[in-house]
Amino acid sequence: MDESRIRQLGDELFDAWRARRTVAPLVEREPDIALEDAYRIQSRYIERRLAAGETIVGKKIGVTSKPVQDFLGVFQPDFGQLTSGMVHEEGEAIDLGTLIQPKAEAELAFVLKEDLRGPGVTAMDVIRATDYVVPCFEIVDSRITDWKIRIQDTVADNASCGVFVLGGSRGDPRRLDITLAGMVLEKNGELHSTGVGAAVQGSPANAVAWLANTLGELGIPFKAGEVILSGSQSALVPVADGDELVCTVGGLGSCRVKFSGRSAA
Amino acid sequence: MSMDITLSREDVVRLCERIEGAQRRAHAIPKLTDEYPGMTIGDGYAVQTELRRRYVAQGHRLVGWKAGLTSKAKMRQMGVDVPSIGFLTDRMARAENAAISTSDLVHPRVECEVAFVMKKALAGPGCTRQDVLDATDHVLPAVEIIDSRFSGFKFDLASVVADNGSSARFVGGGRARCADELDLRTLGVVLEKNGEIVGMGAAAAVLGHPADAVAMLVNILAELGESLPAGSFVLSGGITEAVPVRPGDSVVARFQELGSVSMRFAE
Repeated sequence: MDESRIRQLGDELFDAWRARRTVAPLVEREPDIALEDAYRIQSRYIERRLAAGETIVGKKIGVTSKPVQDFLGVFQPDFGQLTSGMVHEEGEAIDLGTLIQPKAEAELAFVLKEDLRGPGVTAMDVIRATDYVVPCFEIVDSRITDWKIRIQDTVADNASCGVFVLGGSRGDPRRLDITLAGMVLEKNGELHSTGVGAAVQGSPANAVAWLANTLGELGIPFKAGEVILSGSQSALVPVADGDELVCTVGGLGSCRVKFSGRSAA
Repeated sequence: MSMDITLSREDVVRLCERIEGAQRRAHAIPKLTDEYPGMTIGDGYAVQTELRRRYVAQGHRLVGWKAGLTSKAKMRQMGVDVPSIGFLTDRMARAENAAISTSDLVHPRVECEVAFVMKKALAGPGCTRQDVLDATDHVLPAVEIIDSRFSGFKFDLASVVADNGSSARFVGGGRARCADELDLRTLGVVLEKNGEIVGMGAAAAVLGHPADAVAMLVNILAELGESLPAGSFVLSGGITEAVPVRPGDSVVARFQELGSVSMRFAE
């Protein structure tokens, strides 16, 4: 796909994000769009957000569970960039008016103390390079109408990233079984669903290793201090005004998030 | 929950013989309510109690109880708001890492559960999570092999209770732990069949907390005029969906903090 078309589609997604509206699936308009094209569109969209004043604070890994990979017809995860404007503090209510068609996912986030440079990175390297892990919520959102996404659509749309919240309880992955740690998700005080770390690529550390290797191939830096959302351990939870969600990771702690207002779609 | 019995003693014995025959010969029968549409949960327990009486008379040793239908999804699927219970005997126990025969089962399925071993007796009504934890000697990881004797696993609550809550086999293993050293609510579990993950969850999937399921079991026992003796082995309910198994399958259940339980299935 030529550079001008890449820029055009990246700009279109940026404009849609800023105006809180959706666009038709890219795959419908560009049937031959390759995954590499989709990542180039994502780069353009993020470039626009950085030009508007945001900074890169980390990465998110998406499409990490088998059901989602089966649904999208892929055999590997995808990734997006986390920017400063996506960060929300635990305890503050997230204004749904800033989002289009949000859904929440409970995840484990990693913060690195050392850079990771792929290829050749394994899960053991990830544990060694990790400063701490924390329970978190990612609020995914799609700039594609009605979430009618193929893998190229979600990749171009920054892996459907919306905003995220990190919990307060930090843990050392050497002292916690991140693969078998259970995940309990409650919505408005009632049990919603449960999960476990292994839901993410067999272990969240495998997903982070995949990311390090993928970024290495693309020449994108993966730096100490960055936040990595490792992939959803829960089902997608629709959220509305007044909802409160709590996720608790066994042996680690909780993350709590509240919502107010109404989303655009 | 009403424990009213509407069946005659003759009908209870007749249905018990039908269930016992299906269990013994490992063949599927139509659910009991096809013939007795008015059958109540109390009738189901009357048949189960008669089954237990017969097995004990034949020399089987009662080793404990199991809670069933403990997840919201299963209860909704069955259209009930209460879980069910069934009894466990020494004949149902299989050793960790054993080859488990399937020729004497109809259509076995496996699920991961937290098992409790009691050091003190418990009696309802009014048994609470804390009562259960105080009376627990240790918890351990377990796999229950359930096997409905009803065609296509299709049943209603009265029928499944009569069929002893689909109890068939169980395997305890891994590492015994004191319950007060663990957060049993957030305990994570992964079920693998032939090296592939086929089930995942946290123990809160069982009525919010597995000890709540044991308390509920003790309270149902009270309604049946029974209590839970010290030394009982209790399966608290499936954390993962029940997964079908066939001869040749190898199953491993991995539990956070509790180690794993493994087994193979043979003809």
